[in-house]
Amino acid sequence: MANAAAVDSHDHDHHDHKPPFFQRWFMSTNHKDIGTLYLIFSLTMLFLGGAMALVIRAELFQPGLQFVDPHFFNQMTTVHALIMVFGAVMPGFVGFANWMLPLMVGAPDMALPRMNNWSFWILPFAFTILLSSFFVPGGAPAAGWTLYAPLTIQGGMSVDMAIVAIHMMGISSIMGAINVIVTVLNMRAPGMTLMKMPMFVWTWLITAFLLIAVMPVFAGAVTMLLTDRHFGTAFFDPAGGGDPVLYQHIFWFFGHPEVYIMILPAFGIISHIIPTFARKPLFGYSSMVFATAAIAFLSFIVWAHHMFTVGMPLQGELFFMYATMLISVPTGVKVFNWVTTMWRGSMTFETPMLYAIGVVFLFTMGGLSGLMLAITPADFQYHDTYFVVAHFHYVLFSGAVMAMMGGAYFWLPKWTGHMYNESLGKIHFWLTAIFFNVTFFPQHFLGLAGMPRRYADYPVQFTEFNQWSSVGAFGLGISQLLFVYIVIATVRGGKKATAEVWENPEGLEWTVPSPAPFHTFDDPPVVK
Amino acid sequence: MGSHSPDRYFIPEGSAYPFLASIALFCIALGGASFLNGYAFAPNLMMFGFAFMAVMLFIWFRKVIMESPIYNLDVDKSFRMGMAWFIFSEVMFFAAFFGALYYIRVLALPWLAETEILWPGFEATWPSAGPKGAELLAGAAPGATAIEEGTQYAIIDPWHLPLWNTIILLTSSVTLTIAHHALRDNKRGALIFWLAVTVILGFIFLFLQAEEYIEAYQQLGLTLGTGVYGSTFFMLTGFHGFHVCLGAFILLVVLLRCIKGHFTAEKHFAFEAGAWYWHFVDTVWVGLFIFVYIL
Repeated sequence: MANAAAVDSHDHDHHDHKPPFFQRWFMSTNHKDIGTLYLIFSLTMLFLGGAMALVIRAELFQPGLQFVDPHFFNQMTTVHALIMVFGAVMPGFVGFANWMLPLMVGAPDMALPRMNNWSFWILPFAFTILLSSFFVPGGAPAAGWTLYAPLTIQGGMSVDMAIVAIHMMGISSIMGAINVIVTVLNMRAPGMTLMKMPMFVWTWLITAFLLIAVMPVFAGAVTMLLTDRHFGTAFFDPAGGGDPVLYQHIFWFFGHPEVYIMILPAFGIISHIIPTFARKPLFGYSSMVFATAAIAFLSFIVWAHHMFTVGMPLQGELFFMYATMLISVPTGVKVFNWVTTMWRGSMTFETPMLYAIGVVFLFTMGGLSGLMLAITPADFQYHDTYFVVAHFHYVLFSGAVMAMMGGAYFWLPKWTGHMYNESLGKIHFWLTAIFFNVTFFPQHFLGLAGMPRRYADYPVQFTEFNQWSSVGAFGLGISQLLFVYIVIATVRGGKKATAEVWENPEGLEWTVPSPAPFHTFDDPPVVK
Repeated sequence: MGSHSPDRYFIPEGSAYPFLASIALFCIALGGASFLNGYAFAPNLMMFGFAFMAVMLFIWFRKVIMESPIYNLDVDKSFRMGMAWFIFSEVMFFAAFFGALYYIRVLALPWLAETEILWPGFEATWPSAGPKGAELLAGAAPGATAIEEGTQYAIIDPWHLPLWNTIILLTSSVTLTIAHHALRDNKRGALIFWLAVTVILGFIFLFLQAEEYIEAYQQLGLTLGTGVYGSTFFMLTGFHGFHVCLGAFILLVVLLRCIKGHFTAEKHFAFEAGAWYWHFVDTVWVGLFIFVYIL
C-alpha cells in the first residue's frame, strides 16, 4: 500500500487561489468543489427523503388513518425510496469519490473535469422534475420505487416525470462512472500498480463498472414503460403478447447490482477506517479485492431472488436461491478481514471507528436477514412484509449511510483543516446507532408476524412494535440535525488538523496539507 | 491555459457549459413529459431544449477541438477510455431490448399459451401480436386500411430491404477502415473519398430504413402497436436507426474536420472514436438482422 510519497508543496500557495463564488460553485472543474457539491446535495436529499419517512412513520404510529390518505402515503413510500437511492446514497458516494479518488491515486483532478461537473449539475434538475410531480394532477408516483408495470402503466403524469427524471439520473451516473473508471485506470501516480491501490479506489472502480453495466438497462426498462404508456407498445401487456413480469426481470437485473453499487463504496470506506484506528494494515488486502470483484460478478446472476413469489420454474427458484447464498461467501471474507484487522490491534474508538464497527456489526445483521430472505420457501412468508423493510434498512442505512457518516468524520479534517468535536461526534454516533435499532429492529418482528409493507393502515395487534418504530424514527431523524451542526461547526473552525490527522494513517491523501489545497498533485507523487 | 505545460495533464479552467447543458436537458425532459400529457407549452419547451442542447454540444465540442493541440497523450488516453466505456453502456442499453425479445419469445409467449384460463386457444407463435392482437391493431393504427381480412399484418421480408441494408452497413465498415488506413498513411485524398463514401452509405441505410417503415405502416399493417412483435421490432430497429443517425452525423463532422485538415497520421482521436461508434452500430445491426429479421 502507498504510504511513503514524495510531495512537493512549494507551489501550493499560488495554486490555492480560488475563483469567485459563481464561477467556483457553478462552473467548477475542480474535483474537490464538485465533491463538496455532491455531498451537500446528498445531505439535502437525505433530509428531504427522511422527512417523507417521518410522514410514513407518523401515519403508522397508530392503526387507522390519522394524518394522510392512503394515496398520499403511497406517494411518500415511493418518493422516499427514489430520493434515498438516487438522491442521497448514490450522489453521496460520488461525492466521496470526487474528493478522495484523485487524492488517493495521486492525480491532479478527475480525468474529465468538465464532464464531472455536468454529472453533478444534472442531478438538481432531475430531482426538481421528480419532486415537482407532487403538484401535478394525481400527485407524485405512488407505485413503489420499483415502478412495477402494470401499476405504472395506469399512473398519471407523475410516472412520466419520474421516467424522464430517471433518464437524467442515469445519464449523470453513467458519466460519473466513466469518469471514475478513467481516473483510476489512467491517472494513477507512477508506481501505484493496481494491487497497490487503496481499497476505496478498488471498490469504486468495481462500482463504476456495475453502474455502466446496469444504468442503461434501467433506462431501457423505463423506456419500455414510457412507450407502453403512450405509444401503444405491449412489452408488459399480456393481451399484446407481453408480460408484466418482464418488467420485473429487467428492473431487477438493474436493481440487484444497484444495491451493490450502494454498498461497495461503503466497504471501501470501512476498509480505510478500521486499519487506521486498529493501527494495523488491512488484513487480507488481495482477498478484499477479489471478494469485491466476486460480489460484483454474483450481483448479475441473483436478480430473481426479488421475485420468488411472482412465479418462476422450480429450477429458476433453486438457481437464484443458491446463487444468492453464494454471495455470503465473499461478503463473509470481508467481514472476517475487518474483524481480523482489529484482532490484537492498538484500538482507539474515535467517531469514525465507532461508525466503522457499527457498520460491520449492523450490516452483518442485515446480511444475515438477507440470507433468510434468500431461502426461497421462507421468502414466500417474508416477501413484501416489514421483514424486507427491516433487512434493506439494515444494509442501506446502517451499511451505506452510516459508512458515509463514518467516512465524513474520517476525512472532514482533511477537507476542512479542522478537527470536528469528538464528544459531539460520539454522541451523534450513539444516538444514530440506538435510534436506528429502535426504528428497524421491531420491523423484523412485524414482518415475521405478517405485516405487509406499503400500507397506510394495519391490524391492531401490530400497534406496539409500530409505535417503537415510529418513536425511533423521529429520534433518528432529529439526531441527524446534530450531524449538520457538527459539520458546519467544523467547517467554520475548531482545532487545526495536521496533514496526517490520525496516527500514521496509510494513503496519499494524508501526505497533503489539511485542508487539502485547491489543487493537489499537479506533479504526480512517486509511490514505492 | 497559457501557462499550461505539455508534460502536465490538462485541467480545463472553469466552464459554464455543464450547467447550461443541464438546463437544456431539463427543458427536454420536462417538455417531453408535459408533451405526452397534452400541455400546450410543452412542444415549445421541448423544442427550445433540443435547440439549446444542440447549441451547447456545438460550442462544447468546438472548445474541445480548439483545445486539442495542447492535450498530451494522457488526455488522449482518457478520451479513448471514456469513449470505450460509453460504447459499453450503449451495448447494455441494447441488451435490455434484446433481452426483452428473448424473454418474450422463449418464455412469456409459451407460458401465456399454456395458461388456458386467460385466453383459451391462444397459441405461442412468432411473430405474435398477442391474444388480442387484432383488437390492439385496430386501436393503435386507425389508418391501417391496407390490412386485408384474414392476414392481420405481415412482417418485413428479411431477404429484401434488410439484406440490402446489411450489405450497405457492412460495406460502410470496410470503407471506413480503408479511410482510417489512408489517414495513417497521410493520403488525404483517399481519406476524404472513403470517409465520404462511408457517410453516404450511412445515409442510404437510413433512407432505406425509412422506406421499410413506410412499407410496414402503409402496406403490411405492421405498426408499433402490433402487439409485442411490433413493439420489439420497432423499438429495436428504431433505437438502432437513431444510433446510425447519430453515428453518421459524427462521421459527417469528422469528414468536415478531415477536409479542414484537423487530423494527423498520429493524432486523430475523434476519427477513431467515430469509427468505434460506427463499428458498434454495425455490430448491433448484425444482431438485429439475425434475431429480429431472420429468426
